[in-house]
Formats: sequence, C-alpha cells, structure tokens
Amino acid sequence: MSMYKRALLFIFSVTLASIGFVSFAQDTVLKLGSPISEEQLSEFDLIAGPDGAGFPSGSGSAAQGKQVFDTRCAACHALTGEGTSGNTVLVGGDMHSEGSPLRTVGSYWPHASTLFDFIRRAMPADAPKSLTSEEVYQVTAYVLYLNGIVDQNTVINRETLIAIEMPNKDGFIDKNQVR
Amino acid sequence: MTQEKLERVAGNGLLSRRHLLGMGLAGAGSVMTNSALGADAGLQIPSWSKVPGPGASGYGNRSSHTEHMQRMSGNPNPTYPGGGASRSPLAELQGTITPNSLHFERHHAGIPDIDPSMHKLVINGLVRQPLVFDYEDLLKYPMVSKIHFLECSGNSGSLLRPSPADGSAQSLHGLVSCAEWTGIPLSTLLDEAGVDPAAQWVSAVGADAASMGRSVPIDKAMDDVLVALFQNGEPVRPEQGYPMRLFCPGWEGNISVKWLTQLKLTSEPSQFRDETSKYTDTLPDRNSLQFTFPMGTKSLITSPSGQMALNRQGIYQVTGIAWSGRGSIRRVEVSADGGRSWADAEIESHQSDKALARFRIPWEWSGGSAVLQSRATDSEGNVQPTRDAVLADHGRLSSYHNHCIQSWAVNSNGGVANVYV
Ligand code: HEC
Repeated sequence: MSMYKRALLFIFSVTLASIGFVSFAQDTVLKLGSPISEEQLSEFDLIAGPDGAGFPSGSGSAAQGKQVFDTRCAACHALTGEGTSGNTVLVGGDMHSEGSPLRTVGSYWPHASTLFDFIRRAMPADAPKSLTSEEVYQVTAYVLYLNGIVDQNTVINRETLIAIEMPNKDGFIDKNQVR
Repeated sequence: MTQEKLERVAGNGLLSRRHLLGMGLAGAGSVMTNSALGADAGLQIPSWSKVPGPGASGYGNRSSHTEHMQRMSGNPNPTYPGGGASRSPLAELQGTITPNSLHFERHHAGIPDIDPSMHKLVINGLVRQPLVFDYEDLLKYPMVSKIHFLECSGNSGSLLRPSPADGSAQSLHGLVSCAEWTGIPLSTLLDEAGVDPAAQWVSAVGADAASMGRSVPIDKAMDDVLVALFQNGEPVRPEQGYPMRLFCPGWEGNISVKWLTQLKLTSEPSQFRDETSKYTDTLPDRNSLQFTFPMGTKSLITSPSGQMALNRQGIYQVTGIAWSGRGSIRRVEVSADGGRSWADAEIESHQSDKALARFRIPWEWSGGSAVLQSRATDSEGNVQPTRDAVLADHGRLSSYHNHCIQSWAVNSNGGVANVYV
C-alpha cells in the first residue's frame, strides 16, 4: 500500500472511530486465517534465499555429491552435466563468447543459493523432494564443482554456499528498479 | 459493379470501417461469387429437423463438428515429466474470451491433482502473524471479477530468429489467452496477516511437483493482484492452478503462480530459478534484464493469418486481437502493404484494462501480393514496435517478452505465411 493510501485509510478509520462506527468497520472484515508459527512451517517452507534465510542445517562436498549425481541426476543431465537436451545443460558456457552464449549454472546464474533452492524443490525431475538435505548440499557442491567454481573437497553449507561469488553475479540489471 | 462505392482508406485494398456494417451491400453481391445454395437443387429441410435430439445433460460438450479446435502442444519429453506448453487456437476463436478448455498452458512439472480440502494457503515471513487458510474459508471472502489476458513471456519468441518459421497464429503466438478471473484481492489476505514495513517482496510458491516460485514486488501485490479461485465463472481449471492461483494482471504469465500454496513476505527477491536462469533477457552487451514484468503493447491479425488460404478474390474481414500489460488498447492500425500505409481498425470490445481487445477492418483482396500487419497503441501511448526496432533494442540473444509487429504475406495464390519485412 502506498503511503498515500495508508494515510487515507488512517483518516478513514479515525473518522469512523469518532462517530462510533469502528466496531461496524471491524465486524465487516472477515478474518478466517488460522495463526501458525514459523516453526510449524519449517518442513513446508522451502525458500532458501541469497541472504541465507531458510537453509536447513547440514553440509556436503562434491566428492560426496558425485554418487548422488551419477545415480539420481545423470540420466537426464549426463554424467558430466552437459545435458541430454536443450534444457538440461548444467555446465559450461561463457557470457562473452561469440554468437548466443550458452547460459548455465556456471556461466549465467547470479546466486549460488538458487542452486540449493531449486534442487531441493524441483529435482530430480522424476522424483522431486526425494533427497535429504545432506544430499542436496552434496549434489549442489557437485554441480558447482563440475562448473569449476569449487574444489572437490570444499564443504558446502549455508554459510559457505551464500559466500560464493558466481561468475556472472554482476551480469544482471533489475529492470523493475530502473524503469 | 459496386466497386466505385468502396471507400479506400489505405494502400492495397484496405477499406473504410463503415463497410464492416455494409459488407453485404458493398461486396457480397458483385465481388463475392460464393453461394450458399447448391447448384440446381432447391433448399430442403435437413435430417436433424426431423428427429428429436438428445435432451438436457449434466455437463455440456461442444459440437462434434468443432472438435478439430485443439490446443497445440509438443510431444511429451521423458526427461521433462509433465513439462511443456500448449497454445490456444487463436485463428479459430472470436471475441475476446478464451474458453477454459482452450486456454494456453505452461507447466514445469505437470498438473497436480489437488484435493481442495487438503490444500493450504500459507502467508508467512515479514508479517505480524503467519496465517494458514483453507479453501472453504477463502470461498467466504468478498471477491472481485476482472477480465484480463494472460501471456507467457516466451510467446512470439520465435519471431526473433534469423529466418521466419512456417507457422500459424496458434503456433507462433498461441501462448496468450483471456478470461474473467474471480478471486480475493491479495491485499485483503496480506492485511489480515499484517505486513511488516520491511517487506518489499512477496515470494509466491505453487503446490506442483516443481514447487514453482516467483517473487512479486509488494507494490504490485497490494495493488491489483488476485488470489483467483474462478475462471470464466467456474472453479479454476486444474491446468490453470486449481484450486487457486495467483493472478498478476498485465504481467508475464509465469509470475501468476498456479496451485498457489505459499506467500512469503521478504525484504529481497528470493532469486528463484525461474526469475534468474529463465524469464530473463540477455541484451546484446551481455548484461541480462531481470524482472521484466508488464507484457508489451501488442496486436496480432488472427484472420487472415499464417497457413490459411484465401480461396476467392473479394472483400475479407481482417480481424485480430490486441492487448497491453500497461493499460487498455486505444488504437489498432492495419496495413496491407507491409507498413507503407496504415488505416485505423474498428476496436469492437470494451477496451478494458489489461484485457484482449478485438479489432476488425474490411480489406479487398484483388489477387495480388500483400503484407498484412497490425500495430497497437495503448492508453499510456505505448506503440507496438517493428521487428527491426525490437532487434535493435533487445537483440536476439533471448526470446522472452517479444511484442513486435507480425507480418503475414499473402501471395497471388492466396497462401498466407509468416514473413519478415
Ligand atoms: C527426469 C529427468 C531429470 C532428472 C533425473 C534430473 N533433472 Fe534436473 N532438470 C531436468 C529438466 C527437464 C530441467 C529443466 C526444467 C525446466 O525447464 O522447467 C532440469 C533443470 C535442472 C536445473 C536447472 C538448470 C537451469 O539452467 O535452469 C538444475 C540445477 C538441475 N536440473 C539439477 C538436477 C540435479 C542436481 C538432479 C539430481 C538430483 C537432477 N537435476 C535430476 C530433468 C531432470
């Protein structure tokens, strides 16, 4: 709500109160939502953002993630991550290559948090949400490793993941803010 | 001949809109040679007028003679279970409302089969009190109904390719549809949870297998966004998000998250995969635009259109649809000579905000070649750009958010094809 609308609403409520209508105004607003706590939502809320909010505890390395990737991801993304179709390529590309640049996790994605967030909510595509948090950390590390962004033994957890600077982190313009 | 009476308003056969009313008078008699009567026989009573048909039914079906009207979808892809899109048959539809069964689709992990009694809508994050709503409870809230188009940001993307695809209005542009959406203003539910002043974004998540997420700026969320429960009067179809979807009027389709189950208020965007890796536009300088929300001012001639064939010379009704994510449609111009001369088309529908408008103009085809184009202007003064202008501004490294003018070439055999001019 804009400041202007908030101010109008305030004036309106004050006017109602001063003529004794405030109980009427409150009664007509339905309030059927049931209170719930963030704790009760900890299994339900899968949003893991760039500021580190929403990440579960746990950690993993690429060395551990290789097995997860080979058994749970490679059927569609290929063992090396180069994909089996146009929309399953996970590695390679260079934003400054000639022609249309191949855009992947490694060449395009601005935030490392998105990798954990997306794998946890949507992958593997044939059985989403079937990995443990530990496995999601491991395979996230492995996809970063395949892109040359971390070493085999780098431990990926909430803190180390959000601290990663992705190669194309400065490559985005927020059009919503500029226009 | 009635030819003299035709008032020409632009090059290559475009006629005054007043002939729309008098199309029979000005054209049919002399120029059109088709006849509704068979050769010699007189008109007979048809067989269906001689037997009673079936009675009323619980749920209606369309005529068996219109079953060829189908959404167009790609082949199922085993590595993308349930993923893909289907396109509305734009050339076969009239008016401005898309039947629910023909509304375009885009799914990232198929259509979930949701039991509404088990479905929850959660509001959490930067609110005074996190809340959870049941479907039955949401049905009790005061609702509003709004007619709005919905367009996938990938619609018409193939027009930016170097050579023109042999396509139809449906295959090239069918990722746009329009419906009356009925639901609860999102602001009502957010107010109930109590928005923290630090909240700048609302992260919306669906209950499909991809748990598709998008971040919506708080100003839009508090303005005209709906939690839509009904589509053209009936509960939202499963492929459109049953039992509820977010609906962000005028904005790229992907942000109107289907099967809506969570709204989390945050100070920053959640940077979901579908607002970083996808639905972003890489410009020629290799920077990429994030959060291109309103869909551009756009129009499209749906008849005559790609892959159709004109089978007689004479007067045709050129018709199509126009829309803008920033307002209503104020003007649609049509050209029959590839953009050299233009004439104003009649805008028939109510020209409502962020909805499809239907336009028409009569055109005489004398058997020569023609290039038909339409150009929309919206209530904010935005004019639909040419393809060259889009390429100059946006390049072709990404194909999202293209709203350039479509050119349909008519050849001397009457064939209609997608071309670049
Ligand atoms: C059944 C096939 C399949 C399996 C198995 C699978 N994926 Fe995917 N993956 C896909 C498809 C298809 C997409 C594109 C989805 C879309 O466009 O909506 C995708 C997209 C992705 C992306 C985003 C790519 C981008 O650039 O936007 C990542 C990251 C990813 N998968 C990781 C994984 C990981 C990790 C696993 C194993 C745990 C996995 N996938 C298993 C099919 C699969």
